[in-house]
Amino acid sequence: MASEAAQGAEHAASEGGLAFHPMDQFIVRPLFGDGPVGTFTVTNVTLWMAITVLCIFALLVLGSSRRATVPGRVQSIAELAYGFVRKMVEDVAGKDALPFFPYIMTIFMFTTVANFLGLIPTSFTTTSHAAVTVLMALAVFISVTVIGFVRHGAGFLKLFWITAAPLPLRPVLALIEVISYFVRPVSHSIRLMGNMMAGHAVMEVFAVFASLILVSTGLGLVVTPLSILAISAIYALEVLVAFIQAYIFTILTCVYLRDALHPYH
Amino acid sequence: MEGDIVQMGAYIGAGLACTGMGGAAVGIGHVVGNFLSGALRNPSAAGGQTATMFIGIAFSEAMGIFSFLVALLLMFAV
Repeated sequence: MASEAAQGAEHAASEGGLAFHPMDQFIVRPLFGDGPVGTFTVTNVTLWMAITVLCIFALLVLGSSRRATVPGRVQSIAELAYGFVRKMVEDVAGKDALPFFPYIMTIFMFTTVANFLGLIPTSFTTTSHAAVTVLMALAVFISVTVIGFVRHGAGFLKLFWITAAPLPLRPVLALIEVISYFVRPVSHSIRLMGNMMAGHAVMEVFAVFASLILVSTGLGLVVTPLSILAISAIYALEVLVAFIQAYIFTILTCVYLRDALHPYH
Repeated sequence: MEGDIVQMGAYIGAGLACTGMGGAAVGIGHVVGNFLSGALRNPSAAGGQTATMFIGIAFSEAMGIFSFLVALLLMFAV
């Protein structure tokens, strides 16, 4: 899709239309040289993922290395994040889900920090790519299914057999439940990707609109400040969305884990 | 200007797909509005249900995101 977007941008530029494309920011480019992007090419995605991991490392390792009784700023944030995710796992997935807490903490930290880093202007949003989010969602889906079958054996299939419903309805419900179970990784990943991509595309559209109308018409002096105000408001909204989407991604992981641990309705 | 009826259809379809986002907006408003009306009646129980509200928002929002995705696919992949 990225290469198509690039072609679209060139297409628009050659026709003398709008000389920008809001999807340009999502193009995966090699970091060194202009070669094709292969499996092991170091791209801007690699760079920003590495920065994400380094940020998490700095926050959690440096934050917890001093272990001061009165926590400093970094230690406060690290403790806050730890307590937040731990409470979420306990509340949503139950106490017996705590062995899986490190995995959920990893997912939460990665999505949160990647979303926030993507908000820095000229940076790259790794979570706006389906390749990243689908992999994370598939990892959750497969591991949750495996956990369910290991814990309960064939009893895990009772997740699809709702005993609370009247008997004639149960086969229909079972079919719906099976379908919704397999749609989970799709919606799980597309939600994060779509939110990130849509938000950043909207911001870019507003930003380029502000500069284009300033140079093209006399209206610019009135419209550009309004447009810049709108970008600021949308940016504030995106900061909120970045956190809420990471939160939702994590909490849905907890919900799926709860289903695997307690499949009996 | 050469007529490319497939491209025209794709663009019209992308525009139509965006009406799905209105549905998501109505859904999210419904979820949050009902949460708020419940929370104002019994504020002590509201704190424990915030996570449930966010899950509800997520499911409702997914539909809007799907329509956005359809629009994107029509714009760039068809």
